[in-house]
Amino acid sequence: MRVNFTVNGRKQEADDVWEGESLLYVLRERMGLPGSKNACEQGECGSCTVRLDGVPVCSCLVAAGQAEGREIVTVEGLADYARHRDDAHPGAGCAAGTCGTSLDAARRWQAGPADAQSAEAAELSPIQQAFIDAGAVQCGFCTPGLLVAADELLETRPSPSDQDIREALSGNLCRCTGYEKILDAVRLAAARQEEAVR
Amino acid sequence: MDFLRPASWEEALAAKAEHPTAVPIAGGTDVMVEINFDHRRPGHLMDLNRIGELSEWQVGPDSVRLGASVPYSAVMENLRTELPGLALASHTVASPQIRNRGGVGGNLGTASPAGDAHPALLAAGAEVEAASVRGTRMIPIDDFYTGVKRNALAPDELIRAVHIRKADGPQQYSKVGTRNAMVIAVCAFGLALHPGSRTVRTGIGSAAPTPVRAKEAEDFLNAALEEGGFWESGKIITPSVAKQFAQLAAGACNPIDDVRGTAAYRRHAVGIMARRTLGWTWEQYRGAGRTLEGAA
Repeated sequence: MRVNFTVNGRKQEADDVWEGESLLYVLRERMGLPGSKNACEQGECGSCTVRLDGVPVCSCLVAAGQAEGREIVTVEGLADYARHRDDAHPGAGCAAGTCGTSLDAARRWQAGPADAQSAEAAELSPIQQAFIDAGAVQCGFCTPGLLVAADELLETRPSPSDQDIREALSGNLCRCTGYEKILDAVRLAAARQEEAVR
Repeated sequence: MDFLRPASWEEALAAKAEHPTAVPIAGGTDVMVEINFDHRRPGHLMDLNRIGELSEWQVGPDSVRLGASVPYSAVMENLRTELPGLALASHTVASPQIRNRGGVGGNLGTASPAGDAHPALLAAGAEVEAASVRGTRMIPIDDFYTGVKRNALAPDELIRAVHIRKADGPQQYSKVGTRNAMVIAVCAFGLALHPGSRTVRTGIGSAAPTPVRAKEAEDFLNAALEEGGFWESGKIITPSVAKQFAQLAAGACNPIDDVRGTAAYRRHAVGIMARRTLGWTWEQYRGAGRTLEGAA
């Protein structure tokens, strides 16, 4: 079957999708977006977390057909999503098609620290920058899911308590057990966000 | 495999009548796991997400009509006052990502003895609104669970909503697991005080082939509270009464040994949870300053 949906602000279609396929599989194997990670395939680890119409979900537990007509944001589109957060259309893309993240740009995307940014270096969302600055990335496998979950937390709760952070990230497992630095990164992003508001 | 996308409830019922083996999928938190692991290959997968009414709820004078696909996160956020037990139970479900998708309809459809909503539904009192092209019937929650992962639905029926009695007193929910998130219950216990009818109702999860009420424990406690005039006086429940209640609750279990825990542990833990939830709710009833939200 064919699935039409919006991925990182751009209309996309996936063909020859098997009816029992997960949204995660479509994103990784058909859209060529391997940012969302495939680990447990049962909603335990959170590595595949994406936003589905703005709501963080495990993309391994969404049937591809359920994504028909809906808006998906993956880690590849997080920087653009964060930039347009206060616009009328975060995640939906604009009519002119100038915002959002194309598949091509997403596939070439590479993270680089802010101080080494050249013209080609992709821009980072605040939470991504905070993860780098706090040293919250070890093997990096859990990072995309954590970024999407943490970004949503900072959107809905600009000044989260430690309890809020722990709960928001409770569905994301880090097998390097680097949780302290991850918590530091979210606190750092929240502090910077508060600073910016002031 | 065919992917069915009914756009309305009537279409869904027609599709289910035509394909009784079609597997309904809403949050996907059970169904997709089975498909991902190749444990299940249904001929038809029926997406219910396009039917908006399933994600809505209505608060009536006596009960809440909760659409089958209302996610746990919505129950937690919006129905704490009306359905405190279910809201507490919802908060113990897995993680935010799972609570954003999963709902009570799916919990009932799967009918796992470990489903988190069941003890809260049993304790509060509820009816399942099941529908087919033949019509709609209300299944009392006490008659809904028929075996391990089996329920009273006919092959052509779908769960449209659950009607849950609004709390008329304190409710509590307790669950045993190795951490606070991402845990399938080792066992769970729900308790609701119903001061209107001067009764206590309970629900036990993950300690018998189906979710069950601890009926003997309820009967004993109801009689003891009545005889002692506890409902009027609001005095502290005699420790011997609480102890007997806990023993009877443990006796209502019919658990197994499995990877999550032993039968003996489950029986013991259910007794402890019965005594604690009774204590918590009774303190709330006595107005000792605790909020309805309590500690689960």
